[in-house]
Amino acid sequence: MTTEELRNLKPNTIVDARGTACPGPLLAAKKGIGEINSGEIMEIYSSDEGTKNDIPKWCQKMTHEFLGIVEEDSYSRLFLKKA
Amino acid sequence: MNIELEKQFQELQERVKKLEIGTKDQLSMVVFSGDLDKILAALIIATGAAAYDMKVKLFFTFWGITALRDPKKKGKGKNLIEEMFGMMLPKGAGKVKLSKMNMGGMGTAMIKGIMKKHKVASLKEMLKTAGEIGVEINICEMSMNLMGFKKEEMIDYPGVTICGVATFLSDAQESKIQLFI
Repeated sequence: MTTEELRNLKPNTIVDARGTACPGPLLAAKKGIGEINSGEIMEIYSSDEGTKNDIPKWCQKMTHEFLGIVEEDSYSRLFLKKA
Repeated sequence: MNIELEKQFQELQERVKKLEIGTKDQLSMVVFSGDLDKILAALIIATGAAAYDMKVKLFFTFWGITALRDPKKKGKGKNLIEEMFGMMLPKGAGKVKLSKMNMGGMGTAMIKGIMKKHKVASLKEMLKTAGEIGVEINICEMSMNLMGFKKEEMIDYPGVTICGVATFLSDAQESKIQLFI
């Protein structure tokens, strides 16, 4: 998905993991995914660089669809669709 | 002919069963070290694996057990040597030291400051998270006896169990990942 498309997405839940280090964002994602239904969209805020590699890997394993990343000034927004 | 086929089928079934034992989405880890850095690594891997929906079983043994002591609790009925062990070993996750660059406690204090700055959770917080996310903790009974630790002086952790090597082995055997830290 393009950055523009991602920006226009309306996530069903937003998980703010900014200010936490590994494995904080991953644990936050795990918690957040439990709160939405299959096919719904989750957005994760993270200021941890590693998250950008970790969350796509996690999605692959958990069969969630990783939609993409939007970079903001001091953090990243990661989008995914629950399997 | 039919009997022959049936025999083969049974054999295959048994082989599949055996293969399936080793393929559980499970992580077994021996936490042997009593060092801040190593236990932190163990807990990060453990909670990370739990986020991957893996079943996680930690087997705390030897120096690792010191991180599970509750400084507010006291074990009963210890002899002199056990009391001494208890006094000399770190009393809980807040007291364990770095494996390198401890420098009489200065290094450990420094790294704790740096961890806070980088928003890395403390061992205590990691243990709490591990409990919430369902990481299982087993403690080696033999090590407890050797060092004179009592169950009543361990932290309140959901479902913590005192057990032996057989528990670790049977867990490890059916785990996809086995680690020793």
